[in-house]
Amino acid sequence: MTPLLLAEQILNGLQFGVMLFLMAAGLTLIFGVMGLINLAHGSLYMVGAFAAAAAAGATGSFALGLAAALAAAAMAGALVEILVIRRLYARDHLDQVLATFALILIFSEGTRWLFGSFPLFLDVPGALSGPVTLPGGIQYPLYRLALIGIGLLVAAGLGLLIARTRIGIQIRAGENDREMIAALGVDISRLYTLIFALGAALAGLAGALVGAIQSVQVGMGEPVLILAFVVIVIGGIGSIKGAFIGALLVGLTDTLGGIFLPELFKLFMEPATATSAGASLASMLIYILMGAVLIFRPTGLFGSRA
Amino acid sequence: MITERHLNLLILAGLILVPLWAWAADEPFTITLATRAVIFALAAAGLNIALGIGGLVSLGHAAFFGIGGYAMGILAHHAQSYTALSTWPFLIEGTKSMPVIWLVAIVTSALAALVIGLLSLRTAGVYFIMITLAFGQMFYFFTISWAAYGGEDGLSIYIRNDFPGLNTLDPIQFYGLCLAILCAVLFATARLMRAPFGLALNAARQTPARVETVGLDPTRLKLAAFVISGAITGLAGALFADLNRFVSPTMFSWQMSGELIVFIIIGGTGRLFGPVVGAATFVMLEHWLGGLSEYWLIYLGGMLLAIVLFGRGGLIGLLTRREGGA
Amino acid sequence: MKMKSLMLTAAVAALATPALAEVKVGMITTLSGGGAGLGIDVRDGFMLAIKQSGRDDIEVVIEDDQRKPDVAVQLADKMIQSEKVDVLTGIIWSNLAMAVVPSVTAQGKFYLSPNAGPSALAGKGCHENYFNVAWQNDNLHEAAGSYANTAGYKNSFILAPNYPAGKDALTGYKRFFEGNLAGEVYTQLGQTDYAAEIAQIRASGADSVFFFLPGGMGISFLKQYADSGVDIPVVGPAFSFDQGILQAVGDAALGVVNTSQWSKDLDNEANTAFVASFEAEYGRLPSLYASQGFDTANLLISAVEAADVSDADAFRAALEAADFASTRGAFKFGPNHHPIQTIYAREVIKEGDVYTNKIIGVALEDHADAYAADCKM
Repeated sequence: MTPLLLAEQILNGLQFGVMLFLMAAGLTLIFGVMGLINLAHGSLYMVGAFAAAAAAGATGSFALGLAAALAAAAMAGALVEILVIRRLYARDHLDQVLATFALILIFSEGTRWLFGSFPLFLDVPGALSGPVTLPGGIQYPLYRLALIGIGLLVAAGLGLLIARTRIGIQIRAGENDREMIAALGVDISRLYTLIFALGAALAGLAGALVGAIQSVQVGMGEPVLILAFVVIVIGGIGSIKGAFIGALLVGLTDTLGGIFLPELFKLFMEPATATSAGASLASMLIYILMGAVLIFRPTGLFGSRA
Repeated sequence: MITERHLNLLILAGLILVPLWAWAADEPFTITLATRAVIFALAAAGLNIALGIGGLVSLGHAAFFGIGGYAMGILAHHAQSYTALSTWPFLIEGTKSMPVIWLVAIVTSALAALVIGLLSLRTAGVYFIMITLAFGQMFYFFTISWAAYGGEDGLSIYIRNDFPGLNTLDPIQFYGLCLAILCAVLFATARLMRAPFGLALNAARQTPARVETVGLDPTRLKLAAFVISGAITGLAGALFADLNRFVSPTMFSWQMSGELIVFIIIGGTGRLFGPVVGAATFVMLEHWLGGLSEYWLIYLGGMLLAIVLFGRGGLIGLLTRREGGA
Repeated sequence: MKMKSLMLTAAVAALATPALAEVKVGMITTLSGGGAGLGIDVRDGFMLAIKQSGRDDIEVVIEDDQRKPDVAVQLADKMIQSEKVDVLTGIIWSNLAMAVVPSVTAQGKFYLSPNAGPSALAGKGCHENYFNVAWQNDNLHEAAGSYANTAGYKNSFILAPNYPAGKDALTGYKRFFEGNLAGEVYTQLGQTDYAAEIAQIRASGADSVFFFLPGGMGISFLKQYADSGVDIPVVGPAFSFDQGILQAVGDAALGVVNTSQWSKDLDNEANTAFVASFEAEYGRLPSLYASQGFDTANLLISAVEAADVSDADAFRAALEAADFASTRGAFKFGPNHHPIQTIYAREVIKEGDVYTNKIIGVALEDHADAYAADCKM
């Protein structure tokens, strides 16, 4: 394997990780502040992708599609929070798991009822399509570079939001002591709705961005959801920094594992068996990573509480 | 309103009478549905020991369900193709005998539960939910690419396995067998809940510190519960595979783990008959709603939501009007 | 011995049921969840043929398997035990077919496959009551390998998901492709990002790419491949270029050559009428799957016209004759009840606003599958 190919694969892992971060950030924020485990987060990702595909299909503009994705996911998030989720904060995780599991069913079949059973079309915007040549001669799709850029920007913005703004102070206070900030006169239920909508919007954004290079279809959210859970568990639930590191770790492990394990197995197996065995192990790799992290750090890399 | 004890007896009567009626009326499919419900109930009854009594929310119990299923699939596959399972270090042959298959299913899933439990119980709360989910996913992805046993296509077993003295191909006889096992497990669970182990486990869920001060190790208690729980779910997996005469990686899917939890909550968490009521309700809903609309999952989702939000204590709680159990 | 006697009892029991003039068909197919598009197409194609036949003595019971093998098995039990159907059909996925078909045929019922064709059911596990009206799973991949030879490709990079159908696909391609392999990669089932594989393709020095990635996986791969700027030509089986999903791939699919036993522009009377009537009935263009559903129903109707379903031997002979006007033109069964058919190379084109396929040549003429010799029925 040439260094050039390796560099390209690292970029791929980075891009995958950054998109996972957008999903994981909302999940971890919601858990950190409200103590809620939300299995339906993947559905908001799907909502974002479908809204973007529908809007971009109708108007021909990818930017409008993105705006529609943000708006639709945030609205769906706020609505779900007000109707269902806020009744669950005081419940145990078991009830939360079940209720949000039920939400997945409703979202998935509802989307299929609205948009039909066939995948929708969403394309990379013209200005960002095609490859560019990076220093060193790597041919790399411009859109994927843009994804890395957007992901890093969002990460930085989220960091600033939490560290520097009034809402950030309330979020941090909420993570530490819920009763206290209510006593200080913060409208807690509005704050919760806001945070939930923010997390939903991030998921919707990820869905729309990724939808342009993947298939926009019902059920697209669940695989990403499980990966996002792996990310926040590795990073430590509730920690944005942990989600960021965890996302990059998972993105790089998954991408590089898929390439190197079959090569590694070829050293002592026949090629056909090695390809298949390597691919099998690669698909289990991130779960092994997560297991290993939890065995040595039961609350994840940056987590403080269970 | 009736007491939970009377309700349980009523449910038991229903489990016996409905299939008998179906048998008399020559409606074998109703018996098949009832068998499905009873096997799901058994799997969920296994999970209920960890989840309901021990408070361990495992989102990975499909792992044990699948291991039990594959124990049946692999043994029967070798028996029907007349090939040895392994020839080294000693010869292991396949088998079509249910008792042997059950034993293997119980032992392998208990061993898996021991390993998974040892690692997972280092964590708690959400981390526990997620690490069990991750273990389930590992098995899922492994079996998908396990070409020797069919990978994603799974394994077909053409004829149901044998049980001495019974014709297991006859739906009502196979149903009776499954029901007998379910009753035995429920009876044992009831005894367990009142035994010192069950009481200590219940206490370990509520106040671990207090258990520790009397010299018991809460983690070991939970581990024991997790292993028993995994073994029962594994046995249910072997029966489920025999019902369908088929195993595939979908038995390991995380939706399966989710559904097991759903059964328990529909029925009522921590209640002895909760899994039975939940599984029976789910199978009936699946059957009726599935015939009504292509989009029946929406209605199912709505119903589940209503049960979580408004029906605390599950259906049994609603019928007996008493919050309890968990 | 015991197994045989049991099977015999089951068969006798099936024959002993009173003979009705009516034929009852059980269709188990995927109508909800992610893969529902395929099942809906098969169902619509099937029902269109039933409707056009004007027969009221064929009753069809349709149930949704949710793409879950255990649900499919349960539905098959229900259809046989309580609906008392004579013929089953409809299953889309190989793993579901493997779960259902052996027990259905062992109980003396007929099964007509409108889509899945796993190799086990074509070879050693073949059965006299099992008829495949679509293809054996390897067929389209073999045709792709053969097309690659014709196109002059010498060095292929091949990829498929790491599951049995994926392995069959690569085996099928390699069985006919005469050049070298620049790389062979198994991806994860359900994988959505192919950046890593595309980078490998770019670095491999291949002159062609063969892929089998059904459903959403193929859409993702093609979009990402087109955007990566790699311009090595791609071939694949029709599944990723089907009418249903082509619109979701868009320009990225234009010009790609794919192999199929059917195409919208196949020039024969039955097909022209089928395409027009399907569009009139459902307001969309028919897909490969719809054509298979339509052919399956017409095969059934031809057998019902020729024989009474309660006379299993006569009915089987009528099915074997395959005396119906197929949308594929000529249609006949091989000794293992799988089609012997011509497979075409198609190219993706744009007609107005709609992406569709056009036939550019024949990939394999009168092609039979590789497993027929193993079949002893």
